[in-house]
Amino acid sequence: MSQFLEISGLCAQIDADGQDKQILRGVDLSIPPGEVHVIMGPNGSGKSTLSYVLAGREEYVVTAGSATFHGQDLLAMEPEERAAAGLFLAFQSPIELPGVNNANFLRTAVNAVRRARGQEELDAVAFLKMAREAAKALSMAPDMLKRNVNVGFSGGEKKRNEVLQMTLLQPTFAILDETDSGLDVDALRIVAEGVNRLRAPTFSALVITHHQKLLDYLVPDRIHVMARGRIILSGGPELARQIDQEGYTKFLAEVA
Amino acid sequence: MNAFSNSMSGPLALFANRLNTLAGAERQAAAGALARTGLPDRKFEAWKYTALRALGKQDYAAPPAQVDAGTARALLDGVLQPHPAMATLPRVVFVNGRHAPALSILPDGVDLSFFAHDPRFGLQAAPDRDPLVALNTALAEDGLLLRVPAGVDAGHVLLVSLGVAGVAPLSFHPRHAVVVEKDARLRLVCVQAGQGAYLHNPVMDIRVEDGATLEHVTVQAEAAQAISLGTLYAHVGHQGVYDSFVLGLGGQLVRHEVHARLAATRAVVHVNGAQRLGGQQVGDITSVITHAASDCTSRQTVRNVLDGHARGVFQGKVLVERIAQKTDGYQMNQALLLSPDAEIDAKPELEIYADDVRCSHGATVGALDDDQLFYLRSRGIPEQEARQILIDAFLDEAIALVADATAQTFCRAVLAARFAGKGELS
Repeated sequence: MSQFLEISGLCAQIDADGQDKQILRGVDLSIPPGEVHVIMGPNGSGKSTLSYVLAGREEYVVTAGSATFHGQDLLAMEPEERAAAGLFLAFQSPIELPGVNNANFLRTAVNAVRRARGQEELDAVAFLKMAREAAKALSMAPDMLKRNVNVGFSGGEKKRNEVLQMTLLQPTFAILDETDSGLDVDALRIVAEGVNRLRAPTFSALVITHHQKLLDYLVPDRIHVMARGRIILSGGPELARQIDQEGYTKFLAEVA
Repeated sequence: MNAFSNSMSGPLALFANRLNTLAGAERQAAAGALARTGLPDRKFEAWKYTALRALGKQDYAAPPAQVDAGTARALLDGVLQPHPAMATLPRVVFVNGRHAPALSILPDGVDLSFFAHDPRFGLQAAPDRDPLVALNTALAEDGLLLRVPAGVDAGHVLLVSLGVAGVAPLSFHPRHAVVVEKDARLRLVCVQAGQGAYLHNPVMDIRVEDGATLEHVTVQAEAAQAISLGTLYAHVGHQGVYDSFVLGLGGQLVRHEVHARLAATRAVVHVNGAQRLGGQQVGDITSVITHAASDCTSRQTVRNVLDGHARGVFQGKVLVERIAQKTDGYQMNQALLLSPDAEIDAKPELEIYADDVRCSHGATVGALDDDQLFYLRSRGIPEQEARQILIDAFLDEAIALVADATAQTFCRAVLAARFAGKGELS
């Protein structure tokens, strides 16, 4: 179990109107350090649930299986402990925080993980300098640091703000849940460059997407197809192009 | 000996000794009205949600002639300390309802006198309708009479009320009046604090004349055992602005009652507020905003954060008279309940007799948002800190309505000083 991220037989359910609804039905997935993996799959196959379970959302109850990160039992950790350990989830629909200033939010988050990682906290000046540079690299308007978190942001601005958070929190493992959805081509490139800047032998990413386009900029190491709560097929980058052209139907039929 | 003594029963009996020896027609009339109505119980529509059982069973004594100067000074320093800029502003300090010259820094450029020397009750108060106002009228000893002359910008004035009491309850009933004359301007910050068991029952009569502006912030940080029941009347003239905000942090039972009258065209009134209560505290923000002229604007945003067994009350009536066409009114009350035992009672009321008006109102009640909490935690912010951020943000959207930057910072600082790290479920 020396792998970087190791998911084995993971089953999870959620309470839906008083009924237990099984969503993950035995996910097996292993991601080595330094690689970008992609999960594709039809809507409702459990991709976002997998990302939430890995990030520690309490509504999802893990009923079987395991997930380890750097050899630690990920599922036993609080969400904030997972973040401190180096996991980052870029939300499909980033949450608005009315009344919370974006710069204060970012600084609080950065200093919380720095504290947990035994690093020195950043003062306001040092932090702002770092945040402004990172925002500029993502072509974000300077005033986005002064506004309330995600409030009144366009879809594209919200996604950039996710990548900004990722940049500042310096994770070793990032999950990008449809970060490309709703982005125009320029924004897509900027977001992909943001991810590419983090690429290193010690950084891995799990990218959930429906589109080949993002993968043109973010060259993946491996593609996984998810359906009905399981990984049904894995392959090289060519698999994504094949799905882009032919859809999922063929693959689903083969497994059925 | 006067005739009411036999009829004083219930909570009123707690004041019987003092009400029986009044001099002056106004005081006796007020005591007479009180004797007829008694102090309000839940059968009074305006007091339906706020019982005065908290008054207890012990008599409320008049404050002693002498108060320990060091104690009062320490209370004053303590309540201003969260925002150091407050300490140097002009201020008029009352201790147990009496002016304390040694603690005051009297302002320049305004006319200042005191009710103790010049007892005038003003025209707006209605002792026959409001029993707490009647009680005040009967027992008032002192108060600030402040007049900002026409065209003068008086800057900031602090009106500080300190209660210094022990275990045996005492009561004080200050009678304040503030006039901001034509085209004048004042930033008034009322600060209420204290220690021990006391009833603070102020009445304030405010007149904002044509073209004048009064920014009025009240911070209620009364002693844990204190009962504070204030009634405020504001009369606003043509193009006058009365922009008010109350921050309610307790005592035991605190009520802030505002009667605002938009008396001439293009007047503007804001009656905003925020409450942060826990334990067994009850906090009541009650207002009656009367549009009595056309083209006026009123705004009301009140936010409540309630923890433990705390109960918040919001009663907001907006009355638009027939003549008040083109009225623009907005009212919103929102509550964040941090505990399953916390409660909010909200009674919004629109009463509209004009036909060309724009009035909207709304109310929300909820717990902390799970999505927001998870979002913060997923960024590495520990749960307690994440809760605190969301609570602060909720209140901050109301505090941000305070236009006066000094008072706004003070409100934030007082909150932070009281609640740092206490965002947890109790």
